[in-house]
Amino acid sequence: MTGTAAFPWAAPDAPAPPPSFVIELTEFSGPLDLLLTLIREEQVDIYDIPIARIAEQFVLRIRTLQLNEAADYLEMAARLLRIKAQMLLPRADGEEAWDDPRAELVRRLLEYQQMREVVDVLERAGEDRRNRFARAYVPQAPAPPEAPLALSLSELLAAVDRILRVARDPAIHDVIPRAIDVPGAIVVIRDLLAIRARARWTDLVPYGAEPWQVLSTLLGLLEMAKLGECRVEQPRPFANVEITRDAASEAA
Amino acid sequence: MTPLAKLLEAALFASARPIPSEELAALDPEASKAALAAALDELREHYDVDGHGVELVEIGGGWQILTRSEYTEAIERAQLAARPARLSAAALETLALIAYRQPIGRAEIEEIRGVSVGSVLKSLHERGLIDVVGRGEGMGRPLLYGTTPIFLEYFALRHLEELPRADELAVALRAEPRTV
Repeated sequence: MTGTAAFPWAAPDAPAPPPSFVIELTEFSGPLDLLLTLIREEQVDIYDIPIARIAEQFVLRIRTLQLNEAADYLEMAARLLRIKAQMLLPRADGEEAWDDPRAELVRRLLEYQQMREVVDVLERAGEDRRNRFARAYVPQAPAPPEAPLALSLSELLAAVDRILRVARDPAIHDVIPRAIDVPGAIVVIRDLLAIRARARWTDLVPYGAEPWQVLSTLLGLLEMAKLGECRVEQPRPFANVEITRDAASEAA
Repeated sequence: MTPLAKLLEAALFASARPIPSEELAALDPEASKAALAAALDELREHYDVDGHGVELVEIGGGWQILTRSEYTEAIERAQLAARPARLSAAALETLALIAYRQPIGRAEIEEIRGVSVGSVLKSLHERGLIDVVGRGEGMGRPLLYGTTPIFLEYFALRHLEELPRADELAVALRAEPRTV
């Protein structure tokens, strides 16, 4: 087999792999699983693995599986190729002195195969249990509500009295309706802008104005700006606000 | 049925999990061990012989009433209960190794499986199927894992010895580590 066949993923015409990369393959649970599958498919003796053929198949398979990035598979591919190289080395005359470079791999494969047998046992047992239901989990009953307070009316009144005596005299506030007149403020601003194309905040709000007047004018101004009747500008922070008739509404 | 068998049936019916033998024994302090075993046998036979939709199963040193598997499909179709998701191949392989070689460290599992198992161990631990049972010798004193009672429950095993012994497997492997 040729060098290029051993490294097919290095082929320059290889299409760009899709960006998605699945680590948990449903088909194989690891490189040893893939290796065992190949040995079974190729129908070769596990104690006498034709390492060159299997290595080639392995590398081909991890390419078609798009597993190139999976370190575990690549490590096994490298191991196989190294064993293949060791097999090619000339042997010493004494055959029995020769350490089969495949021995470690065979041991691992057998160990893995044994584990797979146990997996089969567990899988059957788990499937059998899955098919039988236990009594469903019954959630704990919610905690019962607190017992109602056992108090007589006089005890309750005494408690209220006790609390009120400790408390300070309550501050009594008079609540008056909100005295903001936005429509009125708008009329004032419109009247002013009817005579002058440009006005300033201080023209609208006289010195010493009441808070409700300031608020009404501000809200009225913002409302008109929103409707496009005027433009509100402030050249720099805290400067006097300049109000101009909106050019568009003027044209209309 | 004897009064003791009825008492056991009621207790087993009330429990969602297998009841350990000691807890069943505590239900009636008067009853002897033999009487308890006889009552459990009686209950099991009652379900098996008279033909019931449920059966009495021994799991992890305890007992549990389970529905018979022939009714699973109908129950699931009616959405009265749902089968839990199957464990992945990676999870089963890792569990198999832990069950046979416990206490076992992560490095040994990875050596045999040929893949890294960090996330699998984490999810098995979260599901309560395995637990840390000690620390190994050597560098970093690695965590060693073992199976839990929930493992026995998940696979409906009476005890770990119910799994085939290593020498009963088709590929019997020498237990002593790598002397190739």
